[in-house]
Amino acid sequence: MPDAPERANRPALSLHVPEPPGRPGDAPDFSHVQVLPAGATPRPDSATPARAMADMVYGLVRVLNDAGDAVGPWNPRLSPETLLAMLRVMVTTRVYDDRMFRAQRQGKTSFYIKSTGEEAVAVGAAFAMQPDDMCFPIYRQQGLLIARGYPLRLMMNQVYSNRGDPLHGRQLPIMYSSKEFHWFSISGNLGTQVPQAVGWAMASAIKNDSRIAATWTGEGATAEGDFHHACTFASVYRAPVILNVVNNQWAISSFQGIAGGEQTTFAARALGYGIAGLRIDGNDILAVHAATAWAADRARANLGPTIIEHFTYRAESHSTSDDPGAYRPAKEGEAWPLGDPIERLKRHLIRLGAWDEERHAALQAETIDAVRAVQREAEKLGTLGDQTFHDIGTMFEDVYEQMPWHLAEQRAQSAAEVEAARS
Amino acid sequence: MPIELKMPALSPTMEEGTLAKWLVKEGDAVKSGDVIAEVETDKATMEFEAVDEGVVRSILVPEGTDGVKVGTVIALIAGEDEAPATGEGQGGGAPMDEVAPPADAPAGAVEVGINAAQSDAGEEAIQQANVSAKAKEGQEPASLQVQPEAPAGTATVRLTVREALRDAMAEEMRADDRVFVMGEEVAQYQGAYKVTQGLLDEFGARRVVDTPITEYGFAGLGAGAAMGGLRPIVEFMTFNFALQAIDHIVNSAAKTSYMSGGQMRTPIVFRGPNGAASRVAAQHSHNFAPWYASVPGLVVIAPYSAADAKGLLKSAIRSEDPVVFLENELLYGQTFDVPEGDVVVPIGKAATVREGTDVTLVSYSIGVGVALDAATELAKEGIEAEVIDLRTLRPMDKDAVLRSLAKTNRIVVVEEGFPTCSIASEVAAFVMEQGFDDLDAPVLRVTNVDVPLPYAANLEKLALIKIPDVVAAAKKACYR
Repeated sequence: MPDAPERANRPALSLHVPEPPGRPGDAPDFSHVQVLPAGATPRPDSATPARAMADMVYGLVRVLNDAGDAVGPWNPRLSPETLLAMLRVMVTTRVYDDRMFRAQRQGKTSFYIKSTGEEAVAVGAAFAMQPDDMCFPIYRQQGLLIARGYPLRLMMNQVYSNRGDPLHGRQLPIMYSSKEFHWFSISGNLGTQVPQAVGWAMASAIKNDSRIAATWTGEGATAEGDFHHACTFASVYRAPVILNVVNNQWAISSFQGIAGGEQTTFAARALGYGIAGLRIDGNDILAVHAATAWAADRARANLGPTIIEHFTYRAESHSTSDDPGAYRPAKEGEAWPLGDPIERLKRHLIRLGAWDEERHAALQAETIDAVRAVQREAEKLGTLGDQTFHDIGTMFEDVYEQMPWHLAEQRAQSAAEVEAARS
Repeated sequence: MPIELKMPALSPTMEEGTLAKWLVKEGDAVKSGDVIAEVETDKATMEFEAVDEGVVRSILVPEGTDGVKVGTVIALIAGEDEAPATGEGQGGGAPMDEVAPPADAPAGAVEVGINAAQSDAGEEAIQQANVSAKAKEGQEPASLQVQPEAPAGTATVRLTVREALRDAMAEEMRADDRVFVMGEEVAQYQGAYKVTQGLLDEFGARRVVDTPITEYGFAGLGAGAAMGGLRPIVEFMTFNFALQAIDHIVNSAAKTSYMSGGQMRTPIVFRGPNGAASRVAAQHSHNFAPWYASVPGLVVIAPYSAADAKGLLKSAIRSEDPVVFLENELLYGQTFDVPEGDVVVPIGKAATVREGTDVTLVSYSIGVGVALDAATELAKEGIEAEVIDLRTLRPMDKDAVLRSLAKTNRIVVVEEGFPTCSIASEVAAFVMEQGFDDLDAPVLRVTNVDVPLPYAANLEKLALIKIPDVVAAAKKACYR
């Protein structure tokens, strides 16, 4: 290298590039994951100052143990009815994801992202927040929207971009938007939702409203400046916001070490900002519920934000365009030490005597039938393969509140083109 | 009635793929969700699942077949339930103003029972959704026959734009140890669009660097590394994501040489796909060429053919100035003749990709293909269009445009981008200033409509530039 200085007496520098514990062909290896026993991590009061609970960012809040019991100080003590409701939503989310993924393989949509293995992260939060708290999610929190009762049919209509698409054929399949369900319009540009959530929360505080905001980002996008700007503002103004970092180990092919998880935890990002940080088992829906409720209480008491790292695993591909076989060990998901969120809640309900394998199998079958039925209805309104099912005129609406003259002119031209093509 | 299984489109831009493996044989019963085959594309290997239940009646495309076009019938399934599909929701051709509003969906989603209106067989068999603007039958369209510029006698090879870009980087990295590439997914994954295929294997993790997800961060790092004596190639997964990084590109990379009194240079290439692809909607489809082309200190390149992609990327990497190199996702898979060996294309020179006498079509990037195919259509009506590929947008080769204008006296600018403050606006302005006396008609612009790009295929098609738009504008300029 022309510019390389030669200084014989000084040691040469070298660059460290993190490498995941396994690549294709290797045996899955999670020996680096320290699985703390359920119930072992203490529960500080939700008013505890951030610096007095710094150890929490290196702990792992877990409620459900291997036997299926709910143990320890974080047990939210939910009723069996609530637990069953959460189970139903998680099962629905998984079935919905499976159906839509297949629909993409059939050419009925162009793109899909499943949340398989991460259902507890979204569903647990939904049950711990108020239905009018504002959500700024990223693209694996569909379970939250389903839990809030947003119709699956509308989700499918958007995925198919058909004539029932509530977003008029404008937005990508999985980037849902519903003001009514307090769910912002998902953005494809990573990280931008985090400062927006903080801004929304600050606005709520300024207005003396009672609603809080929550946002979700993958661990990969915590590297974006947006995450750090958001933390600064959230801390300075004690914004009533929950900052969820979903550490599912993989950002497409980049393992979590590339995002900065090799030397510390993502929850530990909170320490430098003076924000409360919790690191939790993201496959344990009771831990998710309890941590979210803790952070919501803190926010509602004007005590500021919480960063929650949900430690979980992306069980399937990043999206329909991705093949994880090219970069991570085959069957790595099966070796994931924190199990499957649906199986774990099912085991707990059985342990409580409120559920059994037969009823679970029936729920599974029922849900598949119900989702397929909704899917058939949605497909009657068209799928991506159809070219003619939109009100083309709407393409020019909503660019501005009122359509400017030049767009009215372009709309007339487009209508004429369509008419000419038809005749 | 057997159900046809068609080669699936695994992504909106996929046109063909390899049927790698059949996991079923004729006579096997399959049910919904069974993996029946593996399909490979240049991006990934995918499992292909059965949608319906039935028995595999015949396999029509054997495993190991390359280049299977999307939509080709690859197998037939005899359905157990032979009820024909109702055809509802397909090709109904609802006129523009007569589309029914969406029926209200049931509250509480799936907990509410809904009567199934169709049998399982009523679910459509595999539908391929891929649409290509260009007819593929018979001869290749003019848009794919661009001849590269190279010294006489230079041998050529057929390469995709994707391969040409990779080769340019690999050759420059072999020649100069200071050159390295960094970005999201460039190493292990071989690039989000596989443009860096093979580079990690050849050059190692020191020179092919996967970054954390922070465009602003790695653009800044790149600028610093360039100041530190290296030659970074920074890949953005798309230029849409470079909006996070634009401060480093515009305020640091572009201006540092000037502000430091010429002491400190930032020889860096920012590259990646730009403009619309297929159904990636508003936030992933923006053409930023006019933005960067307005910035003093930047070189801005937007090639069309594979030969230009390779030759110009090599020039960009060797440039002492910061370069914004705008690629196009839809062009990555297109194949062209590329000169073999170390052939560079000079920065700042346009190319005449079709000679003509009646009207000049000026374009760049994917618009060049639209212009060439429009020229073929125009020739059928007796209008010979000359097509100029600007290739470099800053500095722009005004002389080439003005020379062509002097010959044809008419200019239509074709740009896959928004109309206002566009490259087309710039061409119209300098042609008016410097070529006024040669103009026999006003300069016309053919651009996308002025709305964020919608997702739905038919809306997207309407919003983007099309061959008939160019034909109509050219005829208007010719008063025909």
